[in-house]
Parts: sequence; structure tokens; C-alpha cells
Amino acid sequence: MRVLIPGISGGIARKLALRLHEAGHQVAGIDIRPWEEAREVGIEVFRGDVRKRAAEDVFRRWRPEAVVHMATVTAFTVQGAERGRINLDGTKALFDHCAAHGVKQILFVGRHTFYGAAPDSPLYHSEDEPPRALEAIPELADLVAADLYAATALWRFPKLTTAVLRLPYTLGAPGTGTLASFIRGRRVPLVLGYDPLFHVLQEEDVVAALMLALEKGLRGIFNVAGPPPIPLSVIVRETGRTGIPLPAPALRLLLGRGGFPRLSVGALEHLRYPIVVDNRRFLEATGFEYQSSVADILRIYRESAPVPRS
Amino acid sequence: MSESDSLEARVERLELPFNEYGVDPYGISKRHLKQALQVFAALYRYYFRVRCFGIEHVPPRGRAMLVGNHSGGVAVDGAMVLTSTMLEMEPPRLAQSMVERFLHKFPVSSLWASRTGQFTGLPEHARRLLEDDRLLVVFPEGAKGTAKLYPQRYSLVDFGTGFIRLALQTGSPIVPFAFLGGGTAVPTVFNAYTLGKLLGVPYVPLTPYVLPLPLPVQLEIHYGEPLVFQGTGDEEDHVIEGYVQKVKARIAGLIERGRAERHGRRSGRKLLP
Repeated sequence: MRVLIPGISGGIARKLALRLHEAGHQVAGIDIRPWEEAREVGIEVFRGDVRKRAAEDVFRRWRPEAVVHMATVTAFTVQGAERGRINLDGTKALFDHCAAHGVKQILFVGRHTFYGAAPDSPLYHSEDEPPRALEAIPELADLVAADLYAATALWRFPKLTTAVLRLPYTLGAPGTGTLASFIRGRRVPLVLGYDPLFHVLQEEDVVAALMLALEKGLRGIFNVAGPPPIPLSVIVRETGRTGIPLPAPALRLLLGRGGFPRLSVGALEHLRYPIVVDNRRFLEATGFEYQSSVADILRIYRESAPVPRS
Repeated sequence: MSESDSLEARVERLELPFNEYGVDPYGISKRHLKQALQVFAALYRYYFRVRCFGIEHVPPRGRAMLVGNHSGGVAVDGAMVLTSTMLEMEPPRLAQSMVERFLHKFPVSSLWASRTGQFTGLPEHARRLLEDDRLLVVFPEGAKGTAKLYPQRYSLVDFGTGFIRLALQTGSPIVPFAFLGGGTAVPTVFNAYTLGKLLGVPYVPLTPYVLPLPLPVQLEIHYGEPLVFQGTGDEEDHVIEGYVQKVKARIAGLIERGRAERHGRRSGRKLLP
């Protein structure tokens, strides 16, 4: 199969590209970031923005059969209106190109934060639920919109097999992603009086789940998760970090200062309330079995991202 | 329970799928359960001197719903019901209440409610827990039930109907129970709704001594025989209402029987020299 991965230079996208390549698929990617070593293993990376004209040329010339859309960004990496443009205009461009150039299958790699963190929402979110608490975390609005927009392809482009996957936080080696960045420092801020559950998935298991979704030709919306969720305090403790519980108003002032990670004020809600997903639909559709337990995941992260010396 | 059976050992004997960190898939934590049980067991045994009857009616395993009356302006009833299943059952079981939304909004209460398995009263929570063969506690009177004033402490207000549909959909037996004494322990004379709104809670119960702190009154829990209804949960409202009234009547009967027995015991004591 000819698989195109927009956003291929990201940590997990690279692993997926290599695994697909090893499995005998032809793999290429589009990214504005370089991945110098890709060509050595026979993976072509087209440097550029998925929203630009050149990206359509890739579809026209390279003729992918499947697309794994990993070219969305979070508030951690891109600030302001540009993030919204990348997430929404980029997603629209990719789906349009898929429909115009005969792509058979697309995976939209979304995030479980779609559901929002709120005190009165169900602990386990099923795929049938609407996004909640967007007013509390406005930085998520464009990712939520991109996810909903991707799902419209299910009826707009019936010939294109579309799967929207909502993945939890990833942890592993080398430790990329939102949660990995948040707990990278020696001290990790927690909101006093709260300890939300977090769903984590090891990076290799993320790749395995995406491979399965491609192989099984998934159509629809699916939550992807591995081991049962665990409290944030356990993640902090078991990765060798020190949790610093602070009242929410004090935490707002201290974020990005005194060695604490930078975090949007809205994201504080997620340090209070859990976002946990019900993954039964994905398990039934793919037979996915995670390989790394929570203890494995935390150990791998601790070893790959040791506690920084003060 | 025997003296040698420590509270920690009872938590260890819970048949829940705890992981290597002592946390189950719902975030229930052994460590938090042990600490909470230390406090609740002391209240249960020495402060409220709770008498528990009919615990054999609570299934030792499998899904079931404990459905009873609210008694007392604060959650003394729920706390003592879950303590009763931890202390009186063999093996111990964790009862999981469907609690008011505000509990998960505030610091500390959110953490402790989550770590001890007491979740917001949402149909999604109730259905999932029952499908996982958990023991659910439901107070169908809702917040109106805890708002009962002292003179109405043995009465029942209107029941919601959602619990019956859930029981039918999940094939769960309903174990009715009566909780006695909560209304005396917290003798509410007035509910301050405006103050409650300011604090983010439905209301604040006020007592003759102002604060809703429970008095050391003896409490009683009377569990009745399980009720099993057949159906799909899609029945017409009048059918569901009929089932609700049966449960309500059974709870009312348990309250009356409990009161009569309590009265009898007290009269008997008076006859003693």
C-alpha cells in the first residue's frame, strides 16, 4: 500500500513511517520540518505546508492509496490564530486532495482531549458524546473543530474510507507529546485538592494501533486507549518527579516561572478533572492489545527522560 | 467482623481489579479507601453506633442496586451505607453512590469522591458500573430527599424513575433499604437556598445549633429482600411508575418496621430494672 503521512517528521509519525516501511508498504510524508535520515531508509519526505499548492502536487504525482493525517498541532507548539489555520485549513486541504485524487482510506489522528475536562461529565467518554467544556479550554477549539470536520468526510466522501481516531496522551522514548513535555521538569505542578485520572499509551502501542486501523480499513469514529487510566500523581511520582500541589489561583501565576512548565490557563481544568475514554469500539473493530503496562510506560519514560538536575 | 480482621485487610479483600499501584479502572484507590474507612468505621461503630439489619440480602457478587431513603441533611446516610457493606459483608463489597454534581466540583471533595468510587449521578456512570457488576447506591429522592426537615424525617418525597429503567436495562436486582436516624442526627429546621447558591451547593441545612454537624444519634440500616423486575427499560411511563411505587412502598414498609422495632427495643429497655 502507498501510505502518505502529513506531519511525518513528528516523533510518533516517524516511528509509524518506519514500521510501515518495514512491513513492506511504500511510505512518503509531507512536513515543513526536516527528517534528514528518511531518504536513507527509502522514505520520501516532501518539504512543505499541507495547505500549499505543492502538497496537492504530491497527491497528484505520488498517488497515495492511504493517508494518515498527523499534521495537527496543539497550543503547546503553535500559539494564536496560526494554530487554528494549520488545524482547520490543513485538514480541509488534505480531505479535499484525498477526494480529488482517488485516495481510498484516511486516518485522522485526533486527541482524546476532544471531550473536554468537566466536573459533571461522565468519567468514561464514548464516541457518541459531544465535546464539552470548550469555554474552559478555548485553546482546544480548533482541534475539536478539526476532529468534527474530519468526521463529516464519513458522509461527504462515501468512497473515502475515513476513520477519526481519538488517542490519549503518549509516553515513551524519546518522550514527545503534550504530557511528556508537561512532566519533563523536576517539579510538576498539580492543582491542590484534585488528582485527575490520565489515560496514557506507550508510543510503540500508538504505532501498533494506527497500523491496525490501516490494515482493518476502519470507518467511523474510535477512541483508542491502552491500559486503564491512573491518577496524575502516580505518573508524576513513578517517573521520579516531584508533584507540587498548589491552589489553582497560585498556579495560574506561577506557570512558566520558577521551573514550572508553561501551560495555558485553560489547560488547568485538565489538571482538575479527568478525560478518560471508552475504547471498546476500537477493540472490537481491530482486536488491539496493548503491549506496555502502565508500569512499563512510566519506566520507559523515566529512563528516556531522567529527572533534570537542579 | 472479627477483631483480627483489620480495616486494611478488608480493603485488601475487596474483589476489584486493582492494578500494581492499587488503583482500579475507575480510579478507586486502595490507599484512599483504607484512610476513608478508618474515619468512617470509627463513626459507624463509636459515634453513630450503627445497627445494620438484613445485610444478607445484599448480593456478595454481581450487579445490584441499593435503593433507599435519604435521611439527614448531609450525606451521613450514604457514608454509613457504604461503611456497612465494607464492615458487615463477607467478603466486603464497595458500594458506589451516585452523588450530587457539586461534590466533584470542589477541591478535596472531588479527589476523595473520585478515589473512593463515588461518582456523579449520571445515567452513563450507573449503567457502566452495573454492567461491570458493581454495587450501586441510589437515593431516588435526590437532593429533595436530603432537604427534608426534622418533622418530615421519616417521610418519602417523590422518587425519580431513571433507576428503574436502568435496573431493567442492565438486569440488576434492587435491594431496598431504610435508613433511620439521619433526620435526628441532623435535625434540619431550615434550608438556606440562597446561601447554598452563593457557596455552589443546592442548599445549606441549618439546625437549632446552626451548623449541620451530625449529633451522636444511633442510626439504623434495614436492608430488605431484593426486588427483580422483568423488562427492557423501554416500557411506558405508567408501567415504570408502577415499579417505582412498589420500590417506594417496600422502603416505606422497611422504615415503619424499623421504627416499630426501634420503639419496641426502647420500651423493652425501659421495662428492665
